[in-house]
Amino acid sequence: MTVSFIVNGEPRSIEADADTPLLWVLREQLGLTGTKFGCGIAACGACTVHLDGAPVRSCSVPLSAVGGARITTIEGLAPKSGGDGALHAVQAAWVAQQVPQCGYCQSGMIMAVAALLAHNAAPTDAEIDAAITNICRCGTYERVRRAIRSLAPGAELRHG
Amino acid sequence: MGKWTRRAFITAGSVVGGGLVLGVAEFAFAPKRLGMLPPAQPGASWVTAWLKITPDNVVTVVVPHCEMGQGVHTALTQMAADELDADWSRVRMEEAPAEDAFANAHVFRAFLPFEVPPMLGRGFDHLGYRMAQWVGLQVTGGSSSVRGTGQYGMRMAGAAARTMLIAAAAKRWNVPADQCDARASQVRHAASGRSASFGELAGDASTLSPPAHPVLKAREAHTIVGQSLPRYDIPSKVTGAATYGIDVALPGMLYAAVRAAPVFGGTLKSVDSAAVAAMPGVKQVVSLPDAVAVVADGWWRALKGVRALEPQFDEAGHGAVDSAALFAAQAQALDGGKLSKAGSAGDAAAALAKAAQVVEAEYRVPYLAHATMEPMNATARIADGRCEVWAGTQDPLSARKVAAQAAGLKPQDVTLHNLPLGGGFGRRLPGTFDYIAQAVQVAKAVAPAPVKLIWHREEDIQHDFYRAAYVARLKGGLDAAGRPDSWTAHFTGGSQMGAARPPYRIANLDLKTIDVAAHVREGSWRSVEFSQQGFFVESFIDELAHASKQDPVAYRLAALEGSPRHHAVLQRAAQLAGWGDALPAGQGRGVALVEAFGSIVAEVAQVEVSADGTIHVRRVTAVVDCGDLINPDIAAAQIEGGIVFGLSAALYGEITIDKGRVQQANFNDYRPVRLAEAPRVTVEFIRSGAPLGGLGEPGVPPIAPAVANAIHAITGRRLRELPLQRQLLKS
Repeated sequence: MTVSFIVNGEPRSIEADADTPLLWVLREQLGLTGTKFGCGIAACGACTVHLDGAPVRSCSVPLSAVGGARITTIEGLAPKSGGDGALHAVQAAWVAQQVPQCGYCQSGMIMAVAALLAHNAAPTDAEIDAAITNICRCGTYERVRRAIRSLAPGAELRHG
Repeated sequence: MGKWTRRAFITAGSVVGGGLVLGVAEFAFAPKRLGMLPPAQPGASWVTAWLKITPDNVVTVVVPHCEMGQGVHTALTQMAADELDADWSRVRMEEAPAEDAFANAHVFRAFLPFEVPPMLGRGFDHLGYRMAQWVGLQVTGGSSSVRGTGQYGMRMAGAAARTMLIAAAAKRWNVPADQCDARASQVRHAASGRSASFGELAGDASTLSPPAHPVLKAREAHTIVGQSLPRYDIPSKVTGAATYGIDVALPGMLYAAVRAAPVFGGTLKSVDSAAVAAMPGVKQVVSLPDAVAVVADGWWRALKGVRALEPQFDEAGHGAVDSAALFAAQAQALDGGKLSKAGSAGDAAAALAKAAQVVEAEYRVPYLAHATMEPMNATARIADGRCEVWAGTQDPLSARKVAAQAAGLKPQDVTLHNLPLGGGFGRRLPGTFDYIAQAVQVAKAVAPAPVKLIWHREEDIQHDFYRAAYVARLKGGLDAAGRPDSWTAHFTGGSQMGAARPPYRIANLDLKTIDVAAHVREGSWRSVEFSQQGFFVESFIDELAHASKQDPVAYRLAALEGSPRHHAVLQRAAQLAGWGDALPAGQGRGVALVEAFGSIVAEVAQVEVSADGTIHVRRVTAVVDCGDLINPDIAAAQIEGGIVFGLSAALYGEITIDKGRVQQANFNDYRPVRLAEAPRVTVEFIRSGAPLGGLGEPGVPPIAPAVANAIHAITGRRLRELPLQRQLLKS
């Protein structure tokens, strides 16, 4: 089937099997490889993108479900007005806190955090825990939390 | 500078445009004479380092290690730049390509990522070719990059180049070299006020002979080493621009999904491919000896094809094996008495016979998968008698050999493009390149089209080279004061004998091991046998402390007399964690101390067990003595990450076998720790000045026993088997 939608501000028309996950359309047909394949069952979050502003796991969203949608991937997260090299605030915090290790999960992690903060500028720790369920095998969570806190200070800190 | 300088070789020459290129090679044992160099063999370790300085005053450091997020590209470059006294803003890093060069000028030039003129400069002699040959023999693993390549290669390359640049300046200015000094990529002569940049001097320097014994800086003189400089690889990892193996795109590329024999050792008996071959987009169904692959115009279509197949595999006689049988075989082997010695001291049997108290326990740990976030994948193209492979590996040259064998070509006809790894943890080490062999075999079938073969997560979890499941039986004999007087550990496994040796002063030791063969594929897993032995040793010493009714920290400290570094690490960790301070109801602390890969790590876990038995690890305090720090922030990140990696295994990690095959398949049933379960981690370093220790792995082993010991403190239950969450919920 042919499906039209907007990716990172650009209108796109894609011909593919209706059940093709959005992830593979982005990666193989649109060359947007910043969105990663991790599990294929929406468990790890490496493939997180924004669908009409909401974080979704693109490995489990079929092409047939995205007609007319506005999709943002890691490549389109930074404001275009900033020009080349501009970073979204979450990306900048990730550099400042030196969050990534292998980095493979971080596109999805950053997209999940950007969506959380767009809807809730001062999330509690419980809200962060509930929203950010992405898996990082390198174990960068301490810095993920630190980076989120650098963007949303003032909320409660979880301590034991 | 110690023995190693006698075994190190330095070569130098010029690059096009008048720059200086300098290489250092060092090997683990001295050759009989030059030109009769030892062959690469197991246990021999090689370090090589290259740098070049060009007239634009840029220093380029070539790092022969892959980046998997451990920060090695940055840390090693810091070590070279520091000895060189370079201006960090004028330093670049390049990863060495996977070419082993041979004694051949042409290939040698191909190895270098920059041009070497046909008439090579002095020093670029036969030795230079030999050195190039060694560069790729560099595995990234064993927490060895900084303490091996960095310490013996990078620092020496920087120091040698600095000496040559100063000599060139002194010659040019006709002043004594010892009146000149280097700083921030400039050589200065203070008396005359003259200065010249490294770039201006590089051409002259290239005509000089490199020093045989470059003098390394004293620790206090470091300027770039010891700083938390930002990592080179991070900017591209926050924008999605970093290209991992799985991201490679080639014109006309096809995609492959694969399904291998579910029972290890099994082979493909038959597959009816007609229906799948006719599916939309499917190009070919490729039968491999132990797997079947579907090649299509997109990976989703390839996957659908593979899922529609009903291949028949044989089970190689292992179709009835389960985890219980595997553990029973290990227990039987331990009963059988055919163990071999892994370490001894005094007379453990005699000491045990007259002990005031004897404590005995059996421990076991399960198989574990690596579950790197980037599933196994490789892209291959076979055309015109050559093979090209794109993949992320921890050892590009070994991977190239695997590819060559699969392609039926010579290694020099294979180019391996090593790309950043989406996690390694030991899964992308030599001996585990089955995914590369598969990709090449499939590429052969569809040549000359390039093909990207990606394992689905199910393949990845079910066809790993697993951290081995082991059983250990421990006996401790205590004297009248409760002190450990004898320690007996009989265990399965044992490739890293030292891992089973407790760090404590115990007069009588009896360590024995037996390797039990299983059909399950086994491999190295971050921290190797310290991952099992750390749990055994540090749980059992805790049992001894409790048996003698002593505080676990005080008990360990008393047994660490004569080991001041261990003592200091443990004492500081206890202090920093507030050991002994009151905690809310349901919470407790546990401690563990492990020396691994040259570093000593103590971790204190503050744990809560809810009424329903759920384990929450609230806080982990780690104190580390790795000698010294190259980049403190990278070092801390490695320990933070090691704790989380180890915690996933401690709480939830378990690969079980039934009907000869792995039962888990994805992150829903092989559960890693997520943000909500991640403890707050505090890391502190003790800069003892001892030889550099590794950092990638040593953070892992202490966390499982620290948490288990905390659970004992809270509940009184001693969990002797992992994973802890399942064990605790067992009544």
